[in-house]
Amino acid sequence: MKVLVAVKRVVDYNVKVRPKADGTDVDTANVKMSINPFCEIAVEEAVRLKEKGVVSEIVAVSMGSKQCQEQIRTALALGADRGILVETDAELQPLAVAKCLKAIVDKEEPQMVILGKQSIDGDNNQTGQMLGALTGMGQGTFASEVAVDGDAVKVTREIDGGLQTVELKLPAIVTTDLRLNEPRYASLPNIMKAKKKPLDTTSPDELGVDITPRTKTLKVEPPAERQAGVKVADVAELVEKLKNEAKVI
Amino acid sequence: MSILVIAEHDNAELKGATLNTIAAAKAVGGDIAVLVAGAGCAAVAEAAAKVDGVSKVLLADNAAYEHQLAENVAKLVADLGKDYSHILAPATTTGKNMLPRAAALLDVQPISDIVSVESADTFKRPIYAGNVIATVQSSDAVKVISVRTTGFDAVAAEGGSAAVESVGIADDAAVSSFVGEELAKSDRPELTAASVVISGGRGMQNGDNFEMLYKLADKLGAAVGASRAAVDAGFVPNDMQVGQTGKIVAPDLYIAVGISGAIQHLAGMKDSKVIVAINKDEEAPIFSVADYGLVADLFEAVPELEAKL
Repeated sequence: MKVLVAVKRVVDYNVKVRPKADGTDVDTANVKMSINPFCEIAVEEAVRLKEKGVVSEIVAVSMGSKQCQEQIRTALALGADRGILVETDAELQPLAVAKCLKAIVDKEEPQMVILGKQSIDGDNNQTGQMLGALTGMGQGTFASEVAVDGDAVKVTREIDGGLQTVELKLPAIVTTDLRLNEPRYASLPNIMKAKKKPLDTTSPDELGVDITPRTKTLKVEPPAERQAGVKVADVAELVEKLKNEAKVI
Repeated sequence: MSILVIAEHDNAELKGATLNTIAAAKAVGGDIAVLVAGAGCAAVAEAAAKVDGVSKVLLADNAAYEHQLAENVAKLVADLGKDYSHILAPATTTGKNMLPRAAALLDVQPISDIVSVESADTFKRPIYAGNVIATVQSSDAVKVISVRTTGFDAVAAEGGSAAVESVGIADDAAVSSFVGEELAKSDRPELTAASVVISGGRGMQNGDNFEMLYKLADKLGAAVGASRAAVDAGFVPNDMQVGQTGKIVAPDLYIAVGISGAIQHLAGMKDSKVIVAINKDEEAPIFSVADYGLVADLFEAVPELEAKL
């Protein structure tokens, strides 16, 4: 079966971002960019399913500026077969991304769409669920285990109290949690091979999707700074401070 | 303004997260209706009707909603919600799973994890693991919002007397089914609702050593959490994880034991009132946010702390 994997280009998770001085946006100039960690897990899961013989083709999709090609090439180096870039320099919100993905799903007809559960920049945790609504497919969000069984997939999900398992009819949507797998590193030969794999470019216009933003960011600012407190000498002093100064115990 | 709040529950009791979400709804202002969707959940609807500030409770009691599968509940929420100006749900895993699906059915861009209400269409929410706070304004007709429960003080669970109305809709999308669940059992308070939280990190060295934290927690009536490092190392189950990808907590007292304080972890606990760090590495980043830091070997400090309480 065919699997579609969505990958996002984001500021690398090790970078501590700062808002611009005028508060209009986050400063991303000259900042290291990477594939979103949850998306990397999605690619890895698709590749593992291919290695098990369950999946025959993996299509990696990304949306945004021309530079998103780098993240698609990363996915190709990790084992995806071909890429699709939906190129636009306009701001893309999750609803618009889900609509573009829906258009691609209609065309490619994958049996499964795997996405990360959230991107580490917007922290929205929405796109997979919204694609589920638009396509009418079942959704297995926050997956820590995925098992395809005939025309259904069993997904173990991380929920607040522990784990929950649901069964979804295929085609279905899966969004990955951190514990689903440990992504591999791309080897140099695979990176070279990835350069020759096909990568098609399209646009929201060509897909017939209106990407007009529905929300407007009025301001971004740093959170209230927490001041470092005091170091205490020993446990006795700690207990004394918690009782008499902070009055929390 | 009319607001629909989606209740968090387990068919038997109304969860505290609902009370924080109703507080956010009050900040928006307007009539507040609460939707209880489940199976055999009449007691939950009764509890919701008693909550301060609730004007109406909608009860959708049907087998299709028993495990609150997103496919079924989202359709219900979208059907009912189109007549409201706001739809709010707590940003729990249940809320995060269902709400964006309902929003897409309504052709609306949802707003996740708000920590404050600036006006009826403007909200603040953390992005980039809590390193940036964004103020966002929605132009959609229906505002679909998930609420970070630690951002709002819970409303009183008593004092209201709303009417309970039954909802006749029973949609089963029939694309998903519940297979089973495995819930971690604990007598301690729930992590996100506890007033004291003690968390252990990689410094705990193994799962058995968490026993020390449990003993301390029992003395303080605290919940026990963990860093991602401790979860990934298999010391404790992942529903104990505090952080960007785990639970967000904001207790009165947070005690971090053997936790270095990675950005990911800080995103889940830095709004705690008082933070205590116990770590033998005095350069650990956790000390830059801790109100009280103790540079010591946790294997000596924790039992001593327990003895002195």
